[in-house]
Amino acid sequence: MTQYLVSRLLQSIIVIVGVTFFAFMTLQLAGDPTYLYVSDRASAEEIATIRQRLGFDRPLHEQYITYMTRMVQGDFGTSLVTKMPALDLVMTRLPATIELTLFAMILGLVLAIPIGILSATRRGTPLDGGIMLFAIFGQSMPSFWLGIMLILTVGLGLRWLPISGHVPVLQPLLSGDVGLAISNVPDALRHLILPGITIAVFSLSRNARLIRSTMLEVLSQDYVRTARAKGLRERSVVGRHAFRNSLIPVVTILGLEFGFLLSGVVVVETVFSWPGVGRLVFNSINQRDVPVVQAAVISFSFLFVLLNLLVDLVYARLDPRVRLN
Amino acid sequence: MAQQVMESTQVVRLVNGQTFVAPSAWLRARRSLMRARWPLVALFILAAIAFLGVFGPQIAPKDPNRQNIISRLQPPFTEGRSGEVEFWLGTDSLGRDVLSRLIYGARVSLLVGFVAVGIGGVIGTLLGLTAGYFGGIVDHLIMRLADIQLGFPFILLAIMVLVVLGSGVLNLVLVLGIGQWVTYARIARGETISQREKEYVEAAHSVGMSNVRIMFRSILPNILAPLIVIASFNVASVILAEASLSFLGLGVPPTVPTWGGMLADSRDQLLGGSWWLAVYPGVAIMLTVLSLNILGDWLRDFLDPRLRGA
Repeated sequence: MTQYLVSRLLQSIIVIVGVTFFAFMTLQLAGDPTYLYVSDRASAEEIATIRQRLGFDRPLHEQYITYMTRMVQGDFGTSLVTKMPALDLVMTRLPATIELTLFAMILGLVLAIPIGILSATRRGTPLDGGIMLFAIFGQSMPSFWLGIMLILTVGLGLRWLPISGHVPVLQPLLSGDVGLAISNVPDALRHLILPGITIAVFSLSRNARLIRSTMLEVLSQDYVRTARAKGLRERSVVGRHAFRNSLIPVVTILGLEFGFLLSGVVVVETVFSWPGVGRLVFNSINQRDVPVVQAAVISFSFLFVLLNLLVDLVYARLDPRVRLN
Repeated sequence: MAQQVMESTQVVRLVNGQTFVAPSAWLRARRSLMRARWPLVALFILAAIAFLGVFGPQIAPKDPNRQNIISRLQPPFTEGRSGEVEFWLGTDSLGRDVLSRLIYGARVSLLVGFVAVGIGGVIGTLLGLTAGYFGGIVDHLIMRLADIQLGFPFILLAIMVLVVLGSGVLNLVLVLGIGQWVTYARIARGETISQREKEYVEAAHSVGMSNVRIMFRSILPNILAPLIVIASFNVASVILAEASLSFLGLGVPPTVPTWGGMLADSRDQLLGGSWWLAVYPGVAIMLTVLSLNILGDWLRDFLDPRLRGA
């Protein structure tokens, strides 16, 4: 277990170093990276000062060391537009993004499980066919388009749910105002539904298909036949014996899922004017605010690696094959 | 399994002297397609979209970039002065014909999808084949590189690269292509390892074939089937990624009509009720991706049923 832990930790560090190295090289590919850190109107002296301050006038390996040192200290440069530290901008918007991602993740998983099981146990029926048709459609739509369609129909047509805006829960919670956080929940949920569904539909479809196919596989195993043979009710065969084992591949993709949802967030936040990191990235792209884009990309990657590590460790705890090895 | 796919029509002579022609892979594929309804429909849809992509300029009723402020935001089936329908699918906020832009957009989506997958597939297969065949340190290096790339969501780095280097068809295709290599490398490696110990490879060694020749002439044809299956799904996901990047303004230049770009433009017109600007490009993307997914499902069952559920 300790050996696994150490090697897994090492692997995560390598990935983080790889990501930052890649980001560093990308900046170098642009020619003189200084120009990415100054606005278009900067004077020659200004550019020279910044070049010196960021160390872009020194040899490449020294530049890399400076780059990494600054990053470890949380210095991702300042925004070209607002002149605020890039990382601060990302961090203040992170809670809204995490709320949305978590909500979508819960939606994608909680709904996928019963749907997948239902589809597997009613295999070949019109219900199964309908669910699978829905699932393949869900995997073929650009998520932001689904968002636009939901805005048009549910939001503007039926006027059931708000199409933009965000009511914070995590933010007051982090600043200690639990009362406000709790009283915000109902309104926050109303605002979460449309963007949440939009992000979740792809993974919901994929998970439902995944659960269905593993469930079908599990249901044909010997131990399921044994369970049936000893006269267990179908409900406990499916619920207690088959279901648990069909969850294994789902747990495996949990970590990847989060990263996948995070990348969907960038576009969907833009569609719903959600004040999170995704919309910040979108705005920064349009203003060519490279330090902010970089800070967002690297902190997302960091979060992703961290979560994957966590999921793997939990998985290792749960799975005796890894734990005992 | 893979060997059967690669073989052409063969004349088989039975012990009793009778001969018959074994059906070629193409023939079997055609029969299987005819039996399955939906993959056939998907194939037709894709063929139609490809046709639009290739012959777009000849088919499109109007110049997709011609602006006409007087007839801006016209709803679908708007009639012109002569009483005939002038804008079948309406016009956008600059008065450009939606139908023509849609037809031109097919070209970019398909081009980006297939070329990016081609780049990723070739790089990934070469690296995976090399890693699996030689093993050892080469294998270790290539696979660690793959682990690193899988360690973070690639679309984020694609955003980073395109912001820094600027967007454009070439950069877009390269970035999306390089983003795909890992999948191919992993599968090619695994398949190569399982083929490496087979007798035909041993035989090739013993008659003095070079490593390169064994890799490309003997092993590669036998590991192609799963790679082709992955590629068909991959084109679909690359098209979706391209639409997302275009939506973010990181796709091709605004003068080139793309489905993702059209959707991005439609966002500002939603409150005004111009639904057609959002509906049609989305349907176009969905039809293309859906067809590719259905065809991919069929191809998997036909070529390599082991991948089912993967």
